[in-house]
Amino acid sequence: MDFQIALLLGQDGLTNGAIYALLALALVLVFAVTRVIFIPQGEFVAYGALTLAALQAGKLPATLWMVVALGAVVVAVDGAIALRHGAMRRLPRMLALNLGIPLLLWALLAHVETAGLSLIAQIALTLCIVVPLGPMLYRLAYQPIAEAPVLILLIVSVAVHVVLIGLGLLFFGAEGTRTPAFSEGSLELGAVTLQYQTLWILAISALLILALYAFFGRTLYGKALRATALNRTGARLMGISTTMAGKLSFTLAALIGAFSGILISPITTLYYDSGFLIGLKGFVGAIIGGLVSYPLAAAGALLVGFLESYSSFWASAYKEVIVFTLIIPVLLWRSLTSHHSEEEE
Amino acid sequence: MMRRLLLPLFVIALALLPVVLPESAEFYVTLLNYLGLYALVALGLVLLTGVGGLTSFGQAAFVGVGAYATAWLTTAFGWSPWLTLLVAVATTTVVALFLGFITLRMGGHYLPLGTIAWGISLYFLFGNIEAFGGHTGLGGIPPVSLGGMELKSGREFYYLIWIALMLGVVATQNLLDSRDGRAIRALKGGVVMAEAMGVNTAWYKIVIFTIAAQFACVSGWLYAHLQRFVNPTPFSLTQGIEYLFMAVIGGVGHVWGALLGAGLITILKQWLQDLLPKLLGQSGNFEVIVFGLVMIFVLHRARDGLWPVIVRLVEKRLPMAVRANAVEAADALPRRERPAVGDTILDVQQVTKRFGGLTANNSVSFSVRAGEVMALIGPNGAGKSTMFNCVSGVNPPTEGEVRFLGQRVDGLASREIARRGMSRTFQHVRLLPTMSVLDNVAIGAHLRGSRHFVHASCRLDRDEERRLRAEAARQIERVGLAEHMFDAAGSLPLGKQRIVEIARALAADPCLLLLDEPAAGLRYLEKQSLAELLRKLRGEGMGILLVEHDMDFVMGLADRIVVMEFGEKLAEGLPRQIQEDPKVLQAYLGGVE
Repeated sequence: MDFQIALLLGQDGLTNGAIYALLALALVLVFAVTRVIFIPQGEFVAYGALTLAALQAGKLPATLWMVVALGAVVVAVDGAIALRHGAMRRLPRMLALNLGIPLLLWALLAHVETAGLSLIAQIALTLCIVVPLGPMLYRLAYQPIAEAPVLILLIVSVAVHVVLIGLGLLFFGAEGTRTPAFSEGSLELGAVTLQYQTLWILAISALLILALYAFFGRTLYGKALRATALNRTGARLMGISTTMAGKLSFTLAALIGAFSGILISPITTLYYDSGFLIGLKGFVGAIIGGLVSYPLAAAGALLVGFLESYSSFWASAYKEVIVFTLIIPVLLWRSLTSHHSEEEE
Repeated sequence: MMRRLLLPLFVIALALLPVVLPESAEFYVTLLNYLGLYALVALGLVLLTGVGGLTSFGQAAFVGVGAYATAWLTTAFGWSPWLTLLVAVATTTVVALFLGFITLRMGGHYLPLGTIAWGISLYFLFGNIEAFGGHTGLGGIPPVSLGGMELKSGREFYYLIWIALMLGVVATQNLLDSRDGRAIRALKGGVVMAEAMGVNTAWYKIVIFTIAAQFACVSGWLYAHLQRFVNPTPFSLTQGIEYLFMAVIGGVGHVWGALLGAGLITILKQWLQDLLPKLLGQSGNFEVIVFGLVMIFVLHRARDGLWPVIVRLVEKRLPMAVRANAVEAADALPRRERPAVGDTILDVQQVTKRFGGLTANNSVSFSVRAGEVMALIGPNGAGKSTMFNCVSGVNPPTEGEVRFLGQRVDGLASREIARRGMSRTFQHVRLLPTMSVLDNVAIGAHLRGSRHFVHASCRLDRDEERRLRAEAARQIERVGLAEHMFDAAGSLPLGKQRIVEIARALAADPCLLLLDEPAAGLRYLEKQSLAELLRKLRGEGMGILLVEHDMDFVMGLADRIVVMEFGEKLAEGLPRQIQEDPKVLQAYLGGVE
């Protein structure tokens, strides 16, 4: 391996690592706030990329039907509860959020030639379609059993993942897609050639991480999420709705997932099931951070990115094996150093 | 009567099926073979997930270890399949012990996450190793021969699969109905209690994970010799997830749930794989959508799966015969040597316990002698229960020394302290609510038995088990709860649950008994009989350390009293002295003007 190749691989590793870091942050966030191990995170990556690709091809993405359908189910479930309690005042907001917005999107997409729109508009539409799936999934799959043990929530996560994979195949077919780069071309920096897309990924990842940092540190909602993560009962006694916290964290996770998909789809071909492995690599990063520490999770994710890129050079067939076996020394180290408290769930 | 016939009828039907099914129904023999293979894996998950409260998505990888071990060793080296079975199980055991060791000491979700990673790694490994034929796989695996007969056809192999499965079912049932079985059932929601009764919970978690892996491995070995060909696909993570679905949908807490779930998923999959692509006009594995939705529904609405639903239906039709709930007479268990009355058995010196910035106990010292009742009293929040946790090792002290029977025990795990003859109850009752009072109390006697899971699976533990149950029954009678012996512990009123805790502590044959508010929630007469029991125990030379708020109860019973306030010792002395101590009166009544 010469210097040139090492740099190239390093660039690859950094790019992938940045995406894994974003996903790892979302996973830690969801786990801390809701105790859900969010296996379906990766499906949002695939849904984001493939929805954007469909819009660019001028097709109505099938995820639109999904958001309309899920919205209708949420309204049916929540509406029935509201009617039973005679809480009519909740209805307008519920209808607007869960059915109004998706239907509006449908009307818009049916009349606009999406292939001709600017990239920013396409991305905005993609996010409007995919992100609401996050809180809707929380409402339907997790909220009814929000107090269940971590193990049950994990099994539900796996079930949701399996459903989303099946639907992904149904929606997008088995073919992979690639979207055009945000801006074509590359930057020469001495011996290094940097693709513009790489720079986009690094810049936007850093920006998103800073935005999250500000959100948690500066805003009331961010602080409410942190409070819920620290102590659910205590947060509830202070008037923080754990349901709101759950939906908000799922919204953020969906946003981060979909955006990650949009960011990487110009540099790698994504299939309906590609998200799973990408999400799991974020997980390996998150586990390095013990599923609690944000900086450690981000660092772990970068490590995964580099390991993956360099092992693809040395032993490309064993790339996945190496990345996922990394978890074993990490777990061993954590198990030997952590003082496991015997508190039960 | 009818119900007792169900199982033999089921077994006879199973045995006759291959004989009765016509040549044209070969498909059903194949289906039943696969069902048996899947059920064996799901059975391991019942033990792991339903009973032990842990889970694994990597079972398919263990199936792969079994299949590839025998495929490679029989084809490349010509080993006998029976020899490769041993090698496969040994390999699986080593891997499972290692994975269990690194994940099970941490939170419960690290095992499933670790098994996901392990499942993916192994799948890619199988597909990339040249000797294993890469993604194409390995063919030409020899058939298994049994007594000179080669099991080549599906019908012949059927018996091998179903005998293996039935042996697995029986061994699992035997295991759950034993000393180790009680310890395993305590893993789900009773870890602190079980540790305090001397159960090494981390070890039992590793044991059930290993057993589940071995079941999966045997299923893989059978699979390889049934198919006579292996490739990586059936050992992927997707299949590992499907195994868990089988166990959960069938009924993850019941051995028969594994069979039911495997049957349902296998048949449903067959049907959906035909139906859905036609319906949707595309080809693909769309059945996972239905499986996932069914899973979510089951976990929301019927977390115990379908087996209990079926049992309830059957019980309605065929009224249950009265279960033979009797405890057989058996020789008493040996008792430990007791210290002489008056010897100091517990010596607490300057114990301090801090939680971050909060000092819950500050340099507290006291001692307990054999044959006396020492009461620890004080207002709420004085640090009494914290002191109990320091002494019993549930939450070790930050500073100071605890000596028990002359040896230092601070810093030891609670199960080690229990082994030395200290037994306790908890202020917040820690019973396993769905288990019977007898089983709960028998956990207390855990350390007095030595037969383990291998003995239990083969029913070599019956003599000891009779003695343990008889001992538990004796203690239940002693505390006056004989009428509730076979009731679910959770169905008793709280006051009686506290008494069950005392019986459980007594079943350990302790020389020091730690009772945390035993009289709370008891009625007057019940309190009197409790006091009577404690006096009797004291008369037998037992040392008793008691935390209690009921002053009449304490003053009438205690030999000496230590008063605590704000984590510090306020006073110590005879009950009469304490009642007149101005500092104590100040603390309790706000002082005399």
